[in-house]
Amino acid sequence: MAQKRVLMKGNEVIAEAALRAGCRNYFGYPITPQTEVMHYMAKKMVQIGGNFVQAESEVSAINMVYGAAAAGARVLTSSSSPGISLKQEGISYIAGAELPAVVVNIVRAGPGLGGIQPAQGDYFQATKGGGHGDYRNFVIAPASVQELYELTVEAFNIADRYRMLVMILGDGTLGQMMEPVAYRENENIETYEKPWACTGRQGRSEHNIVTSIYIEPDVLEAKNRELQDKYALIESKEVRYEAIGLEDAEIVITAFSTCSRISRNVIRQAAELGIKVGMIRPITLWPFPSKIINETAAKSSVKAFLDVELNAGQMVEDVRLAVNGKKPVYFHGRMGGNLPTQKEILDKIIKIHEGGAV
Amino acid sequence: MIDFSVILAGFGGQGILSAGKMAAEAALYEGKEVSWFPSYGPEMRGGTCNCSVVISDEAIGSPVINDADVAICLNQPSMEKFENSIKPGGVLIIDSSLVHIKPKRTDIRFIPMNASDIASELGNMAFATISMLGCLSEATKCFSRDSFEASLREVLPERRHHLIPGNLEAFDKGASFAK
Repeated sequence: MAQKRVLMKGNEVIAEAALRAGCRNYFGYPITPQTEVMHYMAKKMVQIGGNFVQAESEVSAINMVYGAAAAGARVLTSSSSPGISLKQEGISYIAGAELPAVVVNIVRAGPGLGGIQPAQGDYFQATKGGGHGDYRNFVIAPASVQELYELTVEAFNIADRYRMLVMILGDGTLGQMMEPVAYRENENIETYEKPWACTGRQGRSEHNIVTSIYIEPDVLEAKNRELQDKYALIESKEVRYEAIGLEDAEIVITAFSTCSRISRNVIRQAAELGIKVGMIRPITLWPFPSKIINETAAKSSVKAFLDVELNAGQMVEDVRLAVNGKKPVYFHGRMGGNLPTQKEILDKIIKIHEGGAV
Repeated sequence: MIDFSVILAGFGGQGILSAGKMAAEAALYEGKEVSWFPSYGPEMRGGTCNCSVVISDEAIGSPVINDADVAICLNQPSMEKFENSIKPGGVLIIDSSLVHIKPKRTDIRFIPMNASDIASELGNMAFATISMLGCLSEATKCFSRDSFEASLREVLPERRHHLIPGNLEAFDKGASFAK
């Protein structure tokens, strides 16, 4: 049963959700706009006997994550864009060693040190690799504080279920805003045996080894195929999205997280002008909801897509691949930490509806 | 009430972010959907500071406000910045103890109130923003006095409950400016 709704900041809710999911290990390094995750963990871990370390760097923190995950523990780290770049080596190693871990990226504007305001410029980094080698992260993009809570708990389950890194991709807006959140009395915590974990030999004839090094090409290729099979399974089973008004939409917005929130208002405003606008909001950015986008593009009622992002156009590439030329895909993006206004998006919708140049 | 939006702005240290949170708490107490979004970054005491509060009967779209129903300004730079962000027919509430200019716009309701003087008289400068919340409540009914009082009891730790009567007095004094 849901409990009373309390007003909390997105970053704090991530930390609270992780604790509720049984995470007792947090390693991080402060950076705006996600530092409240750390603050909350620093305060709470001491009270409940968990482990909190403010590491000397992001590189160190992600390797502590590797260590805790290799020992079979539920573990979290969080950072923002430049810090996530520093963690990429460790993220690739975690993928190679097939370790379950949750990494939060509260994205700020880049490249480089960039700015500290909200952005979505890390979509490519999160969904296409970021580190070296053929691997995937499971990438979740919550759009509200309530969803941050629910999906953070779920992230730990997914990480354990598939022995892989789950990234929660938020942005400065989501991390800094307060909204009501209703916590469940009992969390749905999936528990998995971890016979591979390095917890001491415990009478086994062989000791466990967690590694990502495979020098023999044939051995490594077999490992690569195992990973790819796992990714294919996830793509077939774990896609999540929210669809709004697709029954009769003429124009379909694709947007995740903060942009989907702004677009929700635009949909209502467009309806007042007699323009039917729907939306497909990917909740998992990888695996990407290609199928629903492709099916929607095939509908005769749909004239065009408008992809809205806080970047120069990243997810739009996946949207175009999914639409596969069936309908035009337009793009509206803002950068530098700016958010699109409802009016900007509505103006594009009107132009597309009139068939004019966008 | 759908996506009713309030911008609170002033100097860092005036209690802008806390006042915004209290407005959101009061509306949440009434079962409304609410969001609160602060200006964040290299902020400091004495620098400019603002937050956006959205109150709605439905799921809130954007927590970021382009056109506000109400702007509450506790210093002159904030009024200059946000006067043009108010919807036609909206409300501008200023602390006239600190802001000595009048708005250029004529299509909004302008409520000047000497909030800092009221707070000073009550002996607690934190009451300045609270008196302006009283004015907000009376002018727009976006949350009631009862909800404000009830949420204050929930949010404040017991050891601070002796401050509640003073808060309510400030709230009522502010409300009188909107009557």
